[in-house]
Amino acid sequence: MPLLDVDTLGVTFDTPDGTVNAVNDLSFSVDPGETLAIVGESGSGKSQTVFGVMGLLARNGRATGRVSFEGKALSEMSDAEFNRVRGDAISMIFQDPMTSLNPYIRVGDQMIEVLTLHKGLGRRAARDECVRMLDAVRIPDARARLDQYPHEFSGGMRQRIMIAMALLCRPKLLIADEPTTALDVTVQAQIMKLLGDIREEFGTAMILITHDLGIVADSCDRTLVMYGGRAMEEGPTQALFESPSHPYTTGLLKAVPRLDIDQPELQTIPGEPPDMSRLGPGCPFAPRCLLVREVCRETMPPLVSHGALRRACHADPAEVT
Amino acid sequence: MIPFILRRLLVAIPTILALIVFSFLLMDFAPGSPFATERGVPPEVLANLEAKYGLDKSLIERMGIYIWNVVTQFDFGPSFKFTDRTVNELIAQGFPVTLTYGFWSFVVAVAVGVTLGVMAAVFQNSWLDYLAVGVTVGAQVLPNFVMAPILVIIFTLWLGWLPGGGWQGGQIEYLVMPVIALSTSYMASIARITRSSMLEVLNAGFIRTARAKGLPMRRVVMRHALKPAMMPVISYLGPAFVGMITGSVVVDVFFSTGGIGQFFVNSALARDYSVIMGITILVGMLTVFFNLLVDILYAWIDPKIRY
Repeated sequence: MPLLDVDTLGVTFDTPDGTVNAVNDLSFSVDPGETLAIVGESGSGKSQTVFGVMGLLARNGRATGRVSFEGKALSEMSDAEFNRVRGDAISMIFQDPMTSLNPYIRVGDQMIEVLTLHKGLGRRAARDECVRMLDAVRIPDARARLDQYPHEFSGGMRQRIMIAMALLCRPKLLIADEPTTALDVTVQAQIMKLLGDIREEFGTAMILITHDLGIVADSCDRTLVMYGGRAMEEGPTQALFESPSHPYTTGLLKAVPRLDIDQPELQTIPGEPPDMSRLGPGCPFAPRCLLVREVCRETMPPLVSHGALRRACHADPAEVT
Repeated sequence: MIPFILRRLLVAIPTILALIVFSFLLMDFAPGSPFATERGVPPEVLANLEAKYGLDKSLIERMGIYIWNVVTQFDFGPSFKFTDRTVNELIAQGFPVTLTYGFWSFVVAVAVGVTLGVMAAVFQNSWLDYLAVGVTVGAQVLPNFVMAPILVIIFTLWLGWLPGGGWQGGQIEYLVMPVIALSTSYMASIARITRSSMLEVLNAGFIRTARAKGLPMRRVVMRHALKPAMMPVISYLGPAFVGMITGSVVVDVFFSTGGIGQFFVNSALARDYSVIMGITILVGMLTVFFNLLVDILYAWIDPKIRY
């Protein structure tokens, strides 16, 4: 049984300009201990997908479809039931560590409340556990720093604190929404290494949202490629990188600068990501696709198996290079 | 923190001095005299009166003497109109009254305003929000000089529940209407500031973190959102408190409560220079003091602010 099973997830937002479908008909699953990467350009619906799963959508947002965790449907739980899972068995870290911690509350108190809430620990025991976890994410002098406020930490340190906080209850699933985007390159590498170590140490399953295909190739078991709020292609990372069968995936891979092969010129995908409030019935990638044909503009291709991969494309896999 | 407070108090001294000088000049330029009566006063008597109150001296001399007395003895001098009373006595009599209903108005305005604002923001676009917004807009367009007669009509004339005026040492039935009249529009402003600032805070990243931790919404609002949402409200509270005390002019006149507002109006009409000056300086000092209090409160709440 998969740990997390997402079935026909949809996320819509009511805006003054009408309803925007940020995520459409998206299904995927994560097995225990597995790492799933969700990749795609900005605005492809990656973050809204996990916000929908976690019940953290903005006020005007609504999620449809069925999300189950360990066989229990999160989407049918009451707020109180959901709150027992959230932060305990599933936890999340966010893109911008500068705004993700409450600037008015001491770091220690923000961490301690997770343990008192989910594990019923007393303050002293919770504090010891927080120190242990801050040590694990390599924050020096952890005990003293518990009494500091977020603004006394650097961006990378804050993201470490977020990670420590997310791991306090030993979650089975950690969702990381572009955890390194807002950080310096050197710090990015440290944080990714930390996440890798944690996965090994705690056996945590992970959903990693990222732009960085290098990270994906290194550290993710499976990859889901999203565009325009839909799944384009999905499968084991190695198979997907070696023989991509979707024009969008190949476009993304060609846009990555590489040092190991002789690359004449960095290729880009022409055009821009779609306006999500004006999507037609067809494939969202059609306007930018090199292999586009009439049928692409009229109907969305279903996600079907092709070898180890699943792909949503009208074009023949052989055409895609 | 202590050096900051001392520094601020030092800056307050020239502020208050400037206030005294300006008020003094304004009073001097204003036409009329405290001794003018309809029948007129014989020139000899007027000369005697002016000599007694020092009005025969030059402007600079009078100002110098006044400032000296205020600074060295905190003595605002005798009233020009009530010949047997000093300004200090009048303030000692009226200020506790003003302070009492001013304080309760402040408490009511903050308690009701913050509660309404938070509820409206948390249940944005629900009936509760619309009700709260409706009430606050209604309350804001009702200035206290309109509120006061409406309250009297309802509670005194129609229902007969409350006395229409008086003070009686500040018993509750005398307190209710002045407090409602005075606090309503401030309550409305506080509610509106709270609502918009709370709406903004609820969209912040750290609120999403708090929800992701599995905290119940109540806890998210009370523990994580309230403090930051209060910052704009607090900066409004300093001027608001002073406003409630000066706004007491209407309340005093309407409900005959006998606070300093009443003396202020009467003295302005009667050119009772020393009383006007005394109350102006008092309010000025209160303003300086409460603004300082607001800054201290800011530093206490926001860990990023350290003076």
